Amino acid sequence: MSRKRISLRQELPLLFWLVIVWGALWQDFSPGNLLFGALLAAAVARLFYLPPVELSGRFNVLRAVPFTVMFIGRVVAASFQVFYLAVAQGPKVTNAVVAVPLRSHSDLMVTATGHVISLIPGSLVVEVDRSTSTLYIHGLNVRNADDVLKLRKEVRDTEAGLIRVMGTKEELAALNQEAGA
Amino acid sequence: MNPDASTVDTVIDAVSSVFMIVGAVMSLGAAIGLLRFPDLMSRMHSATKPQVLGLFLLLAAVGLQLRTWWVWPVLAVAWIFQLLTVPVSAHMVGRAGYRTKHLHKELLSTDELEAVVLKAAEAAKDAEPDGGASDTIDR
Repeated sequence: MSRKRISLRQELPLLFWLVIVWGALWQDFSPGNLLFGALLAAAVARLFYLPPVELSGRFNVLRAVPFTVMFIGRVVAASFQVFYLAVAQGPKVTNAVVAVPLRSHSDLMVTATGHVISLIPGSLVVEVDRSTSTLYIHGLNVRNADDVLKLRKEVRDTEAGLIRVMGTKEELAALNQEAGA
Repeated sequence: MNPDASTVDTVIDAVSSVFMIVGAVMSLGAAIGLLRFPDLMSRMHSATKPQVLGLFLLLAAVGLQLRTWWVWPVLAVAWIFQLLTVPVSAHMVGRAGYRTKHLHKELLSTDELEAVVLKAAEAAKDAEPDGGASDTIDR
């Protein structure tokens, strides 16, 4: 099976991450160790070739920092919310499975949105429809149609945030147009 | 010089003890959720969220107490891998649970997936063995 090769530049974030993991595991960030780690990373990436993750080539650090802070804040909020629901409602909690169509069709974006969504308040990805990039989300404590709308809006907002951080130029343009309209 | 160092120590000790207590409470919350929630999917919520935060707080406490900077990357990597794997496992369990009907339908206020799964099953029945369901909804 032949797969599309990707350029070194596209592979660089992966290699960089592998070197970081190597250094962290050895607890040694000396140049020699990092160099050896880099060699190993390159060898591993050649030998165990996975389908390439198609990065958009765009990464907005100024957007990424507030997004990360907000993300951690919401993980904290989510934990307390689940704790509260577990204690206060327990067996009586009402849920829903909601379909949320996403804007982006890139695998990376759908995956990233699914991950973030699973970790923030009251939502969990049950099913992914890749052909239409629709996420089916299980929402905790969704009692009525209003809550469904709120959940859907939250997922779409999360996706918008991720597009601003690392979406392609086309996705960003579409998003800005949508916001302007 | 000396009082300064001990003040810093006290602050670090206080912060890490708060982290440890809240982290332990979060893990307790996850356990309570597992016991109290009615079906598999709502249990997955409590298995993901409080657990991730609990681990974060406990790792942070460990990092603060060890006072050596080179443990921080290991702890960060441990937490990042947790972030990456927890939603995947929750998704796989949730997906299997939905398909095998390990959930209480009467507790769902809306279910927009049911029709899609039924349609996919019909399509799979109509089309011969290969194809069908895997096109419409699969991942």
